[in-house]
Amino acid sequence: MTGILRRMGEHALLIETGALAESHRLDAELRRLGIKGVEEIVPGPESVLVVVSGGDLEVIWEQVELMVGEKGTPGQATGWEPAEVVVEVEYDGADLTAVAELTGLGVDEVIARHSGSSFVVGWLGFAPGFAYLVGLDPVLAVPRLEVPRTSVPAGSVAIAGGYSAIYPAASPGGWRLLGRTTTRVWDVEADPPSLLQPGTRVRMVPA
Amino acid sequence: MIEVVEPGPYATVQDLGRPGYAHLGVPRSGAADLRSAALGNRLVGNPESAALVELTFGGAVLRFSRGVWIAVTGACCPVEVQGREVGMSGPVWVPANGELRVGMPSTGLRTYVAVRGGIEAERVLGSCSTDSLSGLGPRPLRRGTKLPLGKGCGTLSVDLAPVAPLQSQPVIGVLRGPRDDWFVPNALHDLCAEPYEVSSDSNRVGARLVGRRLARSRQGELPSEGMVAGAIQVPPNGQPIVFLADHPPTGGYPVIGVVRSSDLPTVAQCRPGTRIRFRLT
Repeated sequence: MTGILRRMGEHALLIETGALAESHRLDAELRRLGIKGVEEIVPGPESVLVVVSGGDLEVIWEQVELMVGEKGTPGQATGWEPAEVVVEVEYDGADLTAVAELTGLGVDEVIARHSGSSFVVGWLGFAPGFAYLVGLDPVLAVPRLEVPRTSVPAGSVAIAGGYSAIYPAASPGGWRLLGRTTTRVWDVEADPPSLLQPGTRVRMVPA
Repeated sequence: MIEVVEPGPYATVQDLGRPGYAHLGVPRSGAADLRSAALGNRLVGNPESAALVELTFGGAVLRFSRGVWIAVTGACCPVEVQGREVGMSGPVWVPANGELRVGMPSTGLRTYVAVRGGIEAERVLGSCSTDSLSGLGPRPLRRGTKLPLGKGCGTLSVDLAPVAPLQSQPVIGVLRGPRDDWFVPNALHDLCAEPYEVSSDSNRVGARLVGRRLARSRQGELPSEGMVAGAIQVPPNGQPIVFLADHPPTGGYPVIGVVRSSDLPTVAQCRPGTRIRFRLT
């Protein structure tokens, strides 16, 4: 792990991990340790932000420095086994034929390549519960819509810019819709409210 | 019970927000000026976590179904209870069916109405805060909105809290980084060289500033990373944005510096047109 630490104001450290898998490993390790005074741990594609509240940032800085200094060897057991979620998808999205045209594939091939991708939740953003799924078959890397839709229904399964996502709630959106699922990925009554967490593996299965 | 007779330009219920969910895409939210909100709660004997009303540009009328102690803090407004002028930053008794009128602030932007016992709005992920970015929490207040009140338990021990007035050109302390290396070497100097004006498209998400353009030395995109309130994010147009309570939990523009937490309430009180000056600390 590279692990450059940077300060982000008085109450946060930004740790450069350089790679998503390292962000996930550090995120899991920090959560497992449950360091007192840590309020937020936010993994990103190449970083992890640690927000401290009430605790001593210097003490936490030293702890994190020790952790990232340890050479993590691939496959090293950290006691962290990411969950896997299987999502049934009705592939009848409004942009399915457009994606087929953009990629030069047939509709069936688009479905096969999307459901054949091994997705991992990279990070969440844009909206509560909106997970950026990495691992999309690169052939399906299509740009966003030029004009975003004013409303995309909750449960829409979509792709854009090399990622896939499941809309957690109805919202405006510019991603291309491949289908929909009845799997609820966001529920404020649930604990945790998001079915998809950073690192969760996701498989899409045609319904 | 409070009945909203008139909410003013934009009014919401706020508390300390929803910490702990940033990794799931949930903004922290909460009162934009936490200092004034906390003061209001303390003045009426509440814990600082109690929910209160955050007014933007004042202009609100609230009716109270039962007699209760309240305190008005934050942006300085004319305040009346039952047509009688009362002071800010001190506990005020509102009789049953009494009406509180908050005028337009002479300076500042956000005024808080704390009520003994706190507001008992519906909690979402542990907080009553209206999050203007994600839509979580109760809807902004409208005419006729009814807000249930909790039971007070703390003691009232202060009659008036002295509060420093908002300066006409506030000086805001900044800590450099974490991405100052994405900018030309004198960009931090440029940030502090001349005042920036708070633009009219500022909101609870961020204070958008207009002033000297901050030039980047590195092009390309920064992979998105976690953000904090007070982060000074610089989009490609070079005009900085200071993130406030409802900021997105992650962002993809480099953060040149972060506002000192003791100065963040001041930024949240800067109305459009206010000129602020940054100082590296």
